[in-house]
Amino acid sequence: MKYHTQSPASTGTSVIGITFNDGVLIASDDLVSYGTLARYRNIPRVLKVNEQTVVGCGGDFADFQHLSKIIEQKQIDEEANNDGFTLTPKALHSWITRVLYNRRSKFDPFWNTWVVGGLQDGKPFLGYVDMLGTAFVDRAVATGYGEMIAKPLLWEAVEKKESITEEEAKDLIAKCMSLLFCRDSRAFPKYRIAKVTKDGSVIEGPFEVNVDWSIAAHVQGYE
Amino acid sequence: MFRNQYDNDVTTWSPQGRLHQVEYAMEAVKQGSATVGLKNNEHCVLLALKRSTSELSAHQKKIIPIDEHIGMAIAGLTADARILSRFMRNECINERYAHDQLLPVNRLVSALGNKLQNCTQRYDRRPYGVGLLIAGYDGKGPHIYQTCPSANYFDCKAMAIGARSQSARTYLEKNMHLFKDTNLNELVKHGLLSLRECLPNDLSLSNKNVSIAIVGKDHPFKTFDDSNVDQWLALISDAEKRGRSTTSAPPPPPPGDDTDMPPAENQPQVATEAAEHRMAID
Amino acid sequence: MQRSLNNSETLSGIIQKPQFSPYTDNGGTVIAVGGKGFVIIGCDSRLSSGYTINTRFQPKLFKLTPQTVLGSAGCWCDVLTFVRLIEARLKMYSYEHNKTMSTPATAQLVSIMLYYKRFFPYYVSNLVAGLDEEGNGVVYSYDPVGHCEQSTYCATGSSSAFIQPLLDNYVGKKNIANAEKGKLLTQEEALRVVNDAFVSATERNMYCGDSIILNIITEKGIEERVIPLRKD
Repeated sequence: MKYHTQSPASTGTSVIGITFNDGVLIASDDLVSYGTLARYRNIPRVLKVNEQTVVGCGGDFADFQHLSKIIEQKQIDEEANNDGFTLTPKALHSWITRVLYNRRSKFDPFWNTWVVGGLQDGKPFLGYVDMLGTAFVDRAVATGYGEMIAKPLLWEAVEKKESITEEEAKDLIAKCMSLLFCRDSRAFPKYRIAKVTKDGSVIEGPFEVNVDWSIAAHVQGYE
Repeated sequence: MFRNQYDNDVTTWSPQGRLHQVEYAMEAVKQGSATVGLKNNEHCVLLALKRSTSELSAHQKKIIPIDEHIGMAIAGLTADARILSRFMRNECINERYAHDQLLPVNRLVSALGNKLQNCTQRYDRRPYGVGLLIAGYDGKGPHIYQTCPSANYFDCKAMAIGARSQSARTYLEKNMHLFKDTNLNELVKHGLLSLRECLPNDLSLSNKNVSIAIVGKDHPFKTFDDSNVDQWLALISDAEKRGRSTTSAPPPPPPGDDTDMPPAENQPQVATEAAEHRMAID
Repeated sequence: MQRSLNNSETLSGIIQKPQFSPYTDNGGTVIAVGGKGFVIIGCDSRLSSGYTINTRFQPKLFKLTPQTVLGSAGCWCDVLTFVRLIEARLKMYSYEHNKTMSTPATAQLVSIMLYYKRFFPYYVSNLVAGLDEEGNGVVYSYDPVGHCEQSTYCATGSSSAFIQPLLDNYVGKKNIANAEKGKLLTQEEALRVVNDAFVSATERNMYCGDSIILNIITEKGIEERVIPLRKD
């Protein structure tokens, strides 16, 4: 029996995403780890696809690069059609679902978790796809450790109010990224945010995580 | 049109720079009964004249649904149209499967155009002998496309193809400035009035020989046949239903079809021979 | 869990290596109860992986035709694929035959499409609920490889073991002395039992909760309702 890749090599950790009243934010840190080694420390894992679509990706970095190339080419083909239609976040989300599902069905998975965001017919769209092709759409999503550490905060924010502003969303992302940095050993204090609003999409950052370890000394059991 | 030494297969050019086999295939479209397509700001309407091969058989279907948002009316070889419709449905289903969205009409038509073109450049194939009027509604509004056996396709404001369709096109050209801002009822009315231009004198539009299809904003493609056509036929008076096609030299009718019109004088030899083995041309 | 840890011994001790499995269990429960002139199919809206909730609102009911609804739970990636394929098949059928597919035919199609993947199955629990040719409610239940059984009520998915006995007793009048068997529930009774079943299952099953999504199928069409459940 031929064995395909059954485990990831260079990996990225969590990606988190949140929708706000008129757009979407997707954030991930700049680190690609090789096992426990912080191997590459300046690699954005969020990608601008077009003016209304961005993606973020955790898991195997080679698979991410490979699929990114294909997605970028897809976008070029779409532009080349020049017929006024563009790759929408919903269509890209669906397509990634199919690609990952087909590969898992061949027992040769792309070892990734994807977050796709953007504006679909003017409304915020945020979707999740894992390496099996498991997919869903929600107002806030997170992958990896983010699903356990950041998602409760993100959900609380979007469930408490009908909609939140861009500033509120950004503050929340900053809080989640610092929280993840504190507890996820594969996280990194530098991160980027992909933002989509009606003015288009942009990758912002890098931002620094705001952490203060000075109080750690006062916590019993640390010294 | 008569046989010559440059029409043995599709791939042979004539010294005049023509592909005779492709041009012959274009004639097949004119043998099919007429069909009309037109649109306003939000809707497309297809109308078709149906023929039955004999008293004993039912009227042949002229309108084929492709997906929720696309459908087409045909003129020419029905069997060829069915193959094309299968291809088009597949394209739409694949787009739904991969991208979870409706296939934009122009993308479907250009994929179809590529498929049709293949047959005009290979000696072992023949062009599809059918013309299509494709009506669809997508993110860029309503569209009417016409495709030909020559693999040309055209984005139209309104169009008519098939037997005696020139008179319908004349009507459409005269009135198309009214279509854009008109309502659906008026649009169908224009469609019916242009369609009746294609009818011979002794026939009139009825729920037996007309089918109508509508697609548009919040209106999935829907075909109206038989008694469902009555609501639309009621939009025009009985006098307006009567055919009055007397002008314009009529193209040769499908041989053996007596419901239509007297056979024309100058029929090509090949067509007369085919009378015994009639193809399903509608 | 997709990355179950596989322990293998080496010279340096036990190492842990992520191992790939194409399947995962995303939970979800589907219940259907039919009667004279109606059928109710409901699902919970929680999508989970292990101890995490992926989303609190993921409908698991799919309208296949104006009188047939499929409820699907289990390995969510298989559900997504299976539903897309069956929707494509139904579309082809409707164009080729000029009518929408009947409920019994749809039920058979589901069975065949599941068995087609007999040796790499869709890891999915399905229920098909719809109106039969007489307009009465029918329910078809399946195993992942296409075994099909017709009934008037059924529960499937992660809480099926909690709910099926309840339905057997309350709807099927099983294990009741001198019970009037074969009597069908009214729509109000059926709605109540489906609602109570979900509320009870939510108390005991981690993979069930957040909200109930109901489809009430009658001659008039499909009515959809959403009822909140415990979110913990």
